Amino acid sequence: MRRTLRTTTTALVVTGALIGVAGCSAAGEESDDQTLTVSYIRTDAFTALDTLFQTVKTEFEDANPGVTVELQPVSAPDEDYKTRLALSHRSAETAPDVFYQDTTTIRADAEAGYLLALDDYLAEWEDWGQFSEAARTAGLGTDGSTYAVSLGTDTRALWYSIPVLEAAGIPTPWEPETWQDVLDMAEAVQTSDPEAVPFMLYSGTGTGEGSNMQGFYQLLYGTELGGDALFDSESGKWVVGSEGFVDALEFVDTVYSEGYSLPADQALDPNVWQSVFGELFPEGRLGATIEGSYTPSFWVEGGSFEWPEYADQMGATAFPTKNGDGEGVSMSGGWTLAVGAASEIPDLAFEFLTMALSKENSLSYVTENSQIAVRADVAAEPSYLESNPFVGAVTELVEITNFRPATSDYNQISAAVQNATEAVMTGQSTPEEAAAAYDRDVESIVGADGIIER
Amino acid sequence: MPLLPALLLLAVFLLGPIVWSIVGSLTNATLTGASATSPDWVGLANYERLLADPDFPLSLWLTVVFTVLSAVVGQNVLGFLVAFAMTRADRRVATIASGAVIGAWVLPEIVAAFVAYAFFSRDGTLNQLLAVIGLEGDNWLFTVPMLTIVLANVWRGTAFSMLVYRAALSEVPPELTEAAQIDGANGWQRLVRVTVPLLRGTIATNLMLVTLQTLSVFTLIYVMTAGGPGNASATLPVYAYQEAFRFGSIAFGTAIATVMLVIGAVFSIVYIRILNRAEADR
Repeated sequence: MRRTLRTTTTALVVTGALIGVAGCSAAGEESDDQTLTVSYIRTDAFTALDTLFQTVKTEFEDANPGVTVELQPVSAPDEDYKTRLALSHRSAETAPDVFYQDTTTIRADAEAGYLLALDDYLAEWEDWGQFSEAARTAGLGTDGSTYAVSLGTDTRALWYSIPVLEAAGIPTPWEPETWQDVLDMAEAVQTSDPEAVPFMLYSGTGTGEGSNMQGFYQLLYGTELGGDALFDSESGKWVVGSEGFVDALEFVDTVYSEGYSLPADQALDPNVWQSVFGELFPEGRLGATIEGSYTPSFWVEGGSFEWPEYADQMGATAFPTKNGDGEGVSMSGGWTLAVGAASEIPDLAFEFLTMALSKENSLSYVTENSQIAVRADVAAEPSYLESNPFVGAVTELVEITNFRPATSDYNQISAAVQNATEAVMTGQSTPEEAAAAYDRDVESIVGADGIIER
Repeated sequence: MPLLPALLLLAVFLLGPIVWSIVGSLTNATLTGASATSPDWVGLANYERLLADPDFPLSLWLTVVFTVLSAVVGQNVLGFLVAFAMTRADRRVATIASGAVIGAWVLPEIVAAFVAYAFFSRDGTLNQLLAVIGLEGDNWLFTVPMLTIVLANVWRGTAFSMLVYRAALSEVPPELTEAAQIDGANGWQRLVRVTVPLLRGTIATNLMLVTLQTLSVFTLIYVMTAGGPGNASATLPVYAYQEAFRFGSIAFGTAIATVMLVIGAVFSIVYIRILNRAEADR
């Protein structure tokens, strides 16, 4: 009998891990003093938010005696942070009061009842008028209420190394107009310096959502269907069976099979971006890659990979569309701050949020983190405009940028896209097979009613 | 009556999670979205989806390969051989050898997983050793992911089988093997005809324990390969984790976990049968 039970216990370990979703580190102090918990990401390479919250903590505690701000930084990649945050919301004991929230998960998390609707608070906050239209829209839930306030936005550009391209005989400033131009550059760099990585293309599940934002979507949104290539905005359905999807996967296939990118095994390392910023570009071993507007933040003084010469050695331009239609492609995302629906002190939580997003604090955050400002008064500040030589170039991309369809199914779809690109980059599937598998995944996620054949 | 507290504990900590797992797998619960807080009943839809999912047979196959190679063959056979060799080895040699084997076992799983990762990774110990003798390594975790996790699990888990077999071997009456020796049986014959039949019960118990431990191995695989590249090493626990926490479909992940529960139960029944027969033979 004892052995039978032992067996059952063992088999249950995993089951228990899957279903026992309650967290375990709540600091539920029973006293008059109130505690405000704040959850966010802090890693070696991302400390700007920690700096911001440390400042606001002091400010807030001075203004509200008796209230302790408990900062709960999570040292994890974005995807793991989002999972952990969602799990912590499942119990009022563990749900944070204020937290760092990705724009793509706002709708899903609002529908799940994790986020507090902020409409009444925002109506009384005079600074709300300073936020751009796009930033306000980003915080909307499916029901039309606002659930989160934007910290800043970003765009994606094609960043290239001037010395590497010039050594390969490519004149700079480089302005590729089609995918073929990018591939030609990669071939030229490969010929001139076989040791260099000509064109790093983020792909697969290793780099998570970054693979899509700084990789596949830049391709997909530049195919025939343009901004509707992933999600058909008119019908509100997810696109399957499109030519563009296969074309974009074929580009991924070409880049990896021709050896233009880092080999698949290295590209799948979740920390590969650190070697892109920290080693490949500064050491002149990388031709180009698609990266965010926040790129300079790693190289500026005080950044994670200080490299003062970047201002002269790097160039940024829009990533081209497949056939050269339009001015190029960019993707935008951004993170926000939100208040937990289970918060017992929502008034204090919102006050903390407004302090963190005040003009002064916003300015120092967007400058330190090279974000694109969403507050009009911050965007007009000279110290913001002069914070790095690329602010103008990446801000221009706002004109042509795309936002992800932030429906509640988005995160599952995003994971399906990552799987498709991983299958292609590793050579496990052809682009057609991977696209077919993606179509099946999408149908199983949103149902037959949620897809449209294009 | 004295059994009541024990039964209560069992109901809470064993039966509870099983029932919860089964119930959860019949809903559409997700990590976020409208079905996160108020899931609906969907009947057997998750199981239908699982059976139709082309990833499932692959994952099932990888789980079987991993379990058979690393537990049934690797840990079990190697553990027995090490234990048997020790009965004949010099005491100091035996102490040092068992220390080395047990070392891997006492490490917390996460530490053992990082050690194995550091050993097999591109710039890892294995490739550095190969470089010393002039061979060029490979990114083993990427090119042969299953082999690396099987070897890592053998390395980590052999100590358990070794300890079980050492205890059992010390209980084999020496007069039986001595009698066989006098009758002219050689070493191999004494092992196969006398020692192994006496250990049949221990072998069945050990097989059951290592099989069930290995079926549920998660940390080791997740740290080393995360189920990748693609899904080339995504055994059922990793597959369940990815579905539940990466894709956010808690219910579907739970359905996979329930299937694992059934597989574990089937294995246990088989082993218990063998065990009963071994005991009846005595």
